[in-house]
Amino acid sequence: MHALALLAAGITVMGAIMVITRRVAVHAVLYLVVTLLALSVVLVMLGASFAAMLEVIIYAGAIMVLFIFVIMMLNLGQPDSQREKEWLRPRAWLGPGVLAAIVCMELLYCASPLSGPARLPVPITAHDVGLSLFGRYVLMVELVSFLLLAGLVTAFHIGRHREGGH
Amino acid sequence: MPAFSFNDTLVLAATMFSVGLAGVLVRRNMVFMLMSLDIMLNAAALVFVAAGARWHDATGQVMFVLILALAAVETAVGLAIILRLHAHGRPTLDADAGNLLEG
Repeated sequence: MHALALLAAGITVMGAIMVITRRVAVHAVLYLVVTLLALSVVLVMLGASFAAMLEVIIYAGAIMVLFIFVIMMLNLGQPDSQREKEWLRPRAWLGPGVLAAIVCMELLYCASPLSGPARLPVPITAHDVGLSLFGRYVLMVELVSFLLLAGLVTAFHIGRHREGGH
Repeated sequence: MPAFSFNDTLVLAATMFSVGLAGVLVRRNMVFMLMSLDIMLNAAALVFVAAGARWHDATGQVMFVLILALAAVETAVGLAIILRLHAHGRPTLDADAGNLLEG
């Protein structure tokens, strides 16, 4: 197995392990972001650059923002100064920072012309995915739109503020 | 030779899925359980993409997109439930305390 592939896979697994062993939820979210970025590197190595882009934009972008927003709203009851002191300590950000730096260095190394001609598998572009998505699988797209609508209605109904009653 | 063979990807996905499953089983904090579920969904999506790359078929990435939508819906609904449980006046996020809700 290629050394870079081993590195990306190792960061993915190690980030996942760190996610489930953290005590503070924000630290776990940081490690989860690192895991998703490393997984998107794996997807690029598989020749699925479109999926990797979606992984970064939707997963590491949108869904993680949801997590951070909810964790912010939960505000599990420490005084503010104490929490900020907790955030500024190096052990809060050193682990995700180091892992993210490794992924970033790997990206830079792959982008440099010194690494030689990489023999990637034949990539499947967004064009192929789009043709397939709206050709053979158009019914499934409709079903997913139903699912998204149901999720929207459910989240709104569950999360709305009820006056008075329980 | 590609950087990832199909077997390597399967091993990686199985490891990720195991880690996520261990997280769901071990952690009782509901936020952490949701994150572990996301890890498991990512492992499943990785298998789809790897199979699509192996047989050079766009269906793998179509399934990846659908799993992405599913994960988004699951996370949104789960976080709404967590917010609702938390707003009910309980200071804990313990999943085992869910049976103490009134109505």
